[in-house]
Amino acid sequence: MNENQKYDKLKAIISTYLPDDVSVDDIQMNSHFINELNINSAHLVDIVLDVEDEFDIMLENEDMEQMQTVKDALEIIDAKLA
Amino acid sequence: MPYEEILDQLPYTEPFLFVDGLNSVSDDGTEGFYTFPVDAYFYEGHFKNHPVTPGVLLTECCAQIGLVCLGIFLLKDDDKGYGNLLVAMSSAEMEYLAPVFPGEKVTVTSEKVYFRFNKLKCQVRMFNAQKELVCKGTISGMIKKNSSEQ
Repeated sequence: MNENQKYDKLKAIISTYLPDDVSVDDIQMNSHFINELNINSAHLVDIVLDVEDEFDIMLENEDMEQMQTVKDALEIIDAKLA
Repeated sequence: MPYEEILDQLPYTEPFLFVDGLNSVSDDGTEGFYTFPVDAYFYEGHFKNHPVTPGVLLTECCAQIGLVCLGIFLLKDDDKGYGNLLVAMSSAEMEYLAPVFPGEKVTVTSEKVYFRFNKLKCQVRMFNAQKELVCKGTISGMIKKNSSEQ
């Protein structure tokens, strides 16, 4: 799976939890989940659980704390898949 | 963990406490009960001359017994401080199957779906004294202990 494929899969997961006033096109590499994409903490957990299923990985509390932006999420996924 | 200790940590009080007691608590779920008081204030308005317990309060009762009591139990080893519980319901999908009238005692059971990263998701069921299913559904919420500096 190349980086673009990972990014697309992640975007598809995130888009499920976007509030009505944020569009899929607003998702950028540096987007902050809570501050910019307006995702609440409960939905951030949903994203993590979906990421775990999609990429067949397991995230820990520290990963959750570090996962602030889309880029952070991709880096965590890469680290877990390595 | 004694049940009284769980009840003591509930962040609710009258007139918005909907737990009288617990029958069982484990890592996988809870069972508890509550009797809706005949003279509760909301029966005056719901409905005019025809008191029925509002569905939102059945949901609230399910959430307090099924989700919050379970969350307090699951957080028992988190020593960040007694009484600093933060709770926010994040979603509830409920079906209401039978009315609950003033003075009825209900029993709520919950089964944990998951508790991860402070999000607790449960299947809940409420039964009346005749053991008929009154409502059921899935409730999720964020639950954690705040550090005591706040």
